[in-house]
Amino acid sequence: MEESFDVVIIGAGPAGYVAAIRCAQLGLKTACIEKRMEHGGTCLNVGCIPSKTLLYSSELYHTVHSQGSSLGIVTPSLSFDFQQMMKRKRDVISSLNEGIKGLFKKNKITHFIGSASFLSSESIQIFQGPTTTIVRAKKFIIATGSEPTPLPFLPFDERKVLSSTGALSLDEVPKSLIVVGAGVIGVELGSVYARLGSHVVFLEFLDKICPMFDGSISKSFQDILQKQGMQFHLSSKVVGAEVSDKSVIVKAQKNSDASLFSLEAEAILVSIGRRPYTEGLGLDKIGVLTNAKGQIPVDSMFRTSCSNVYAIGDVIDGPMLAHKASEEGTCVAEVIAGHTPSLDYIAIPNVVYTHPELASVGLTEEEAKSLDFSVTTGSYFFKSNSRGKCAQQEEGFVKIIVDTTSDIVLGIHILGAHASEMITLAVSIIHNRMKCEDLSSLCFPHPTLSEAIKEAALSVHKKAIHK
Amino acid sequence: MKVDIKVPPLGESVSEAMVSRIITPNGTIVSQDQEILELETDKVNQVLYAPASGMIQLSVNQEQTVSVGDVIGYVDSSVAKQVVSEPVSVAPQPIKEEKQPEPQAQQPGARKNVEEFVKEIKQPKQQLAPSLQPVVKQESSIQSNGMKRKKMSGLRKTIAQRLVEVKNTTAMLTTFNEVDMSAIMHIRAKEKDDFQVKHNVKLGFMSFFVKAAAAALKAFPEVNAFIEGDDIVYFSSCDIGVAVSTDKGLFVPVVKNCENLSFSGVEKEIERFAKKAKEGSIAIDDMRGGGFTITNGGVFGSLLSTPILNPPQSTILGMHSIVKRAVVVHDEIVIRPMMYLALSYDHRIIDGKEAVQFLVHIKESLEDPSRLLLDL
Repeated sequence: MEESFDVVIIGAGPAGYVAAIRCAQLGLKTACIEKRMEHGGTCLNVGCIPSKTLLYSSELYHTVHSQGSSLGIVTPSLSFDFQQMMKRKRDVISSLNEGIKGLFKKNKITHFIGSASFLSSESIQIFQGPTTTIVRAKKFIIATGSEPTPLPFLPFDERKVLSSTGALSLDEVPKSLIVVGAGVIGVELGSVYARLGSHVVFLEFLDKICPMFDGSISKSFQDILQKQGMQFHLSSKVVGAEVSDKSVIVKAQKNSDASLFSLEAEAILVSIGRRPYTEGLGLDKIGVLTNAKGQIPVDSMFRTSCSNVYAIGDVIDGPMLAHKASEEGTCVAEVIAGHTPSLDYIAIPNVVYTHPELASVGLTEEEAKSLDFSVTTGSYFFKSNSRGKCAQQEEGFVKIIVDTTSDIVLGIHILGAHASEMITLAVSIIHNRMKCEDLSSLCFPHPTLSEAIKEAALSVHKKAIHK
Repeated sequence: MKVDIKVPPLGESVSEAMVSRIITPNGTIVSQDQEILELETDKVNQVLYAPASGMIQLSVNQEQTVSVGDVIGYVDSSVAKQVVSEPVSVAPQPIKEEKQPEPQAQQPGARKNVEEFVKEIKQPKQQLAPSLQPVVKQESSIQSNGMKRKKMSGLRKTIAQRLVEVKNTTAMLTTFNEVDMSAIMHIRAKEKDDFQVKHNVKLGFMSFFVKAAAAALKAFPEVNAFIEGDDIVYFSSCDIGVAVSTDKGLFVPVVKNCENLSFSGVEKEIERFAKKAKEGSIAIDDMRGGGFTITNGGVFGSLLSTPILNPPQSTILGMHSIVKRAVVVHDEIVIRPMMYLALSYDHRIIDGKEAVQFLVHIKESLEDPSRLLLDL
């Protein structure tokens, strides 16, 4: 007899596991199918969490190494233990894995390990080694996530040709590293190895790094990373590569004049993007087609073209972010339970966890202008911020984009230490459609880095105090 | 195939409506007869249903005014067909056909995209927040200084206009009386459980008042009438409007043929209308054609008030709060639950004597409901 559920979720990443917990909380009989032995998906196992762990260790090391003497910290023989960094990374992951496992147990969610394939719109087959299980459900949620996109001529071997997954489990720090694609993943992992002594060179097709961020932020960010020793070749395309036991030689071409140049390094990290992962799901069995980008099209209720099958997270449109996926998980569970949730995509923040950090929410100045807004901007530099001085974190600035007509804040962009924590205030401002004047009248604690947000808001109306 | 979505006839003398709520945003795949948007007219809110199954594409925005007959978008039924036909052809799905429409299909979309954000900021809505109103620089401090400005809804505007019109065009005055509620309270206390069990509805005060009013209307046909031009028009049945207050305004649905309804029949009608009014799904037809209105300010604690006529009707009865008072009965001071009654009437067609006697008739039926039984 096949077991039957109200909802079966495919994927236990940040979209799937959150959807599963919310479904269970709402009284639905819920099961979750995951291919990996562990819960948490890319984010927890080979993405956000391991990278943030390594970023933390490497940042502490790098701060003491580069600023210790000026901070009054004397360490006659400072060094690092890469093996220990990796061990700590594994410990963090497994502790969080256990956490989700506990939550599943607490919420009485049935967990299946194996890969899944639809048989019909009401049943699905789970393969685990030689055994096959069939389960039935009234509703399905596809939350299978995404995988790194390789260069067509350079498949990942995770030794020399690394995806983010491989770059997070190296045995030792490479002496040199070529990073193809200066997006979020590229600059974060590039930073880790640059701080630990690698010579890191970026190849980026576009004319700027982290292109989803405001133009002025992206420019300053590149300057800062260059000061940290990273090199950038922008507007350049990788045309070929030779991989040997010792090294990788990359041939690249400049977009401007088609001139060729080559780079050599111990390893290459290809971080040109991620693509939706739907392999083997048997979408054809339920009449669901993917679009040109490989995404599953959904309507405003996350429904696919098969009315009882929903999709969330990296497999659908929108930014590939864990927190976006989790919000969609909650949202779709509530839709299925007959509630009327609402997910405000404009208020989804975007963060890069380098040093300094980069965080933004809402529209960039370029986007606002292209949407025909009459825009006023205000900015404030951490150089003038007292806490920034105290903590020797004077790099970066806050930039606020405001609709001149309504005074409503359209976007907030922060380049600076702890931007990831400060951005939450900005999320609340964007989500609540707050006016710039309301923001600038809030009282901020002193001295804090976040005061820069207030000063930037004040400067929109030319009322900044410390400027 | 594209099936047009048209603004349907919205009842007598209504030519315009405002799109008060878009339930299914563009791109939503809807099934036939699913709720797609809500129109607000002078009188009521009316829901529009999808004329066919398919992908919805609306050409109107929230708060936009539309006219009866306007094409305000279409449903692309070719989209729905793909959705239905593909899975059926591939997989065996025996129970697929019998599926009920999805319950969540009636919800507004869950995914709020950037386009909606842009629209929201460029066309500020009143309901959102005062801070969303475009500010004129330097004047914003005055606005934020305690004063708040808000646009009247269509419904509110109509209410305002009508109330002033009645005051200006009728000779309205009010007569008062008081009712000893002991008998009704006694009957309710004694029979409410049996009534509930048998009729599955609560025995309230309103059925007594409606039945008492119906009896009085039969006895005084001039009250159940109104002026039209140089004529007086008499109603043939006792159709009584019962005012229902909701957060969207006051609605007066009409309980028809009250003279023929039992007490439970009246209670059930009122319960049905109250539910519809609260949900905002009350229709114009529900409120059309009453000859008399009962309004109950007592539920909010009013001791005494002078109700305003509901045109073209000539009378309105106001109920008030029940208060224990010392009254004289058979030369003795006793405590009795008392209610003041107010009857506002149009003196142009109803003489003072009739109005007073009409109200006394109601009072007598209420103080001794057995008179209703005997048709006195």
